[in-house]
Amino acid sequence: MRTRTNIATGLAQVYLALVLLFLYVPIFTMAAMAFNSSPLYELPFQFDLVWFKELAGNDRLIRAGTNSVILAVANTVIATALGTAAALAFSRYSFRGRRVMQLLLLPPITIPWLVIGTAMLVFFYWTFPSLGLSPRGLHSILLGHVALSLPYVIIVVGARLTDFPKSVEEAAATLGATPWQTFWRVSAPIIAPGVVAAALFAFATSFDQFVISYFLAPPGVTTLPVEIYTSIRKGFTPEINAISTIIIAVSMSIMLITARFYKFGGER
Amino acid sequence: MSEVRVVDCDKRYGRVAALDGVTLTFVNGEFFGLLGPSGSGKTTLLRAIAGFIELDRGRVLLDGDDIGHVPVHRRDIGMVFQNYALFPHMTVFDNVAFGLSVRKMAADEIKRRVDEILGLVRLSGLQERKPRQLSGGQQQRVALARALVTRPKVLLLDEPLGALDKHLREEMQVELRRIQREVGITTIFVTHDQEEAMTLCDRIAIMNQGGIVQIGPPLEVYEHPINRFAAGFLGVANFLEGRVASVSGGEARVDLTLGGQAVAAADGFKPGDAAVLAVRPEKIGIEAGQGGAGVNRLDGTVTGAVFSGSSTTYRVQVGDQTLAVFQQNAAPRRFEVNDPVTLHWSSEHNVPVAP
Repeated sequence: MRTRTNIATGLAQVYLALVLLFLYVPIFTMAAMAFNSSPLYELPFQFDLVWFKELAGNDRLIRAGTNSVILAVANTVIATALGTAAALAFSRYSFRGRRVMQLLLLPPITIPWLVIGTAMLVFFYWTFPSLGLSPRGLHSILLGHVALSLPYVIIVVGARLTDFPKSVEEAAATLGATPWQTFWRVSAPIIAPGVVAAALFAFATSFDQFVISYFLAPPGVTTLPVEIYTSIRKGFTPEINAISTIIIAVSMSIMLITARFYKFGGER
Repeated sequence: MSEVRVVDCDKRYGRVAALDGVTLTFVNGEFFGLLGPSGSGKTTLLRAIAGFIELDRGRVLLDGDDIGHVPVHRRDIGMVFQNYALFPHMTVFDNVAFGLSVRKMAADEIKRRVDEILGLVRLSGLQERKPRQLSGGQQQRVALARALVTRPKVLLLDEPLGALDKHLREEMQVELRRIQREVGITTIFVTHDQEEAMTLCDRIAIMNQGGIVQIGPPLEVYEHPINRFAAGFLGVANFLEGRVASVSGGEARVDLTLGGQAVAAADGFKPGDAAVLAVRPEKIGIEAGQGGAGVNRLDGTVTGAVFSGSSTTYRVQVGDQTLAVFQQNAAPRRFEVNDPVTLHWSSEHNVPVAP
């Protein structure tokens, strides 16, 4: 029996290792090439920081990167705040049409981005000019990103709220806590891990977003994914690897730090 | 000294009346049980006293002050919820200290009060645990300590023992009563468990369909239920139907539909009236053999016997009705299914109830 379980465990470990290899080898190769001096990805590997220096001088990529970061941060703040409020409303109040509205959250997740992007572009062309706004620009991209990330935020925070019964808040009230005290001392700490996870989703949704940004960006304004796409079409250098390496390093650090603090919704 | 009064309370949800003209007084220091099936309005009444529900009509008075429009957090109540509703992210100490800390009490005073109350509920030493590290019974005690530490005027208990297993439940009933006596707080207890209500409460109110059926000490309600619902909900009752044959000397003779006669208190009966008598299973004696129906005496056949350790409950077929008969296992003989038997009881155990 014992050898049998050992074999099973061994196989499981090999399998897991293969899956991780499959996921990470391309990423590590990509990152390694950022430190290789050859512009044509030629081996043997020669350590060099030349592509990072080049990157520092590449205004287009830097500007696109700045745009992406600004958009992602703004989107995170707006979508997390609105989504958390909506999730609270869904779980704490009953009102006419609540179930229908909750169901309507799901389709946008499954509709292809291309379709949503086209729809938004058309809609913004109709409406924005009458508001005195240009139909394309960072503001339209931001609006698009918020609309895309909202369902994710509501679902993630909502999942946290379902195993947080209303009676916990009621108990705080019977103990003399004002609604304000109840929110900050009871509700907020309990849903915090869900809100942080939702914020990460919102950040990633915006930072990764290509299709909608591409459709809604006016000439001359780009985000990082759009700029990388454009560069790749024109023939590219390992600068792309350099900036991708930076992005991966930053996002992995954020993930690890959050996971360290919150154990991803596990702890109550 | 605190007394809670609810006067003429109505609450409707759509077309259903959750509370329908309920008036009740909970006197100082008593342990009062609200008992009824689900949907009877007991929880609605408790939540209206707590302030979670706005009444359509009626008043809630705490020591004479109308608190109907006072928000929950200023009502000065303690409440224990069915699922305890402990704060999962706080330690036992912080859970219990919460009510004091929102009142901006000094830290050393908070510590003194929390330690004292944790001693009362016998949880000293668990201050630093998180709720998920506690057993159900311990969580229950934390919830109780948290509700009592602010020294509220009234303690509201919403089926607080419902989630515990039978053994722990009985242990907590004793604890709950001890703590309530020591603190001397007016306590309103909601339960659908009639045995628990009888064990714990000084007085109970039986509720049904948003109204109060009967109020009184458990013994009185048990021995003198006013109608079929009260008799059937609190304990088990056999209902004997019949027609009053004669009334004399404060006694009514009732011809039973099942045969024979029963003698009960006259209770405003006139000859010819329809009557329903409730007889508790433990008041009925059971003997072997059939000697014909008589006064407070019926013949029947055993159709079932449920053995439960100290006692046995027989189902006895009499005419077209099945009666429950309860026998202590000290009795000289036991009966089997299909045994012919005679049932007999005394007149004082025929309780006339409203049909």
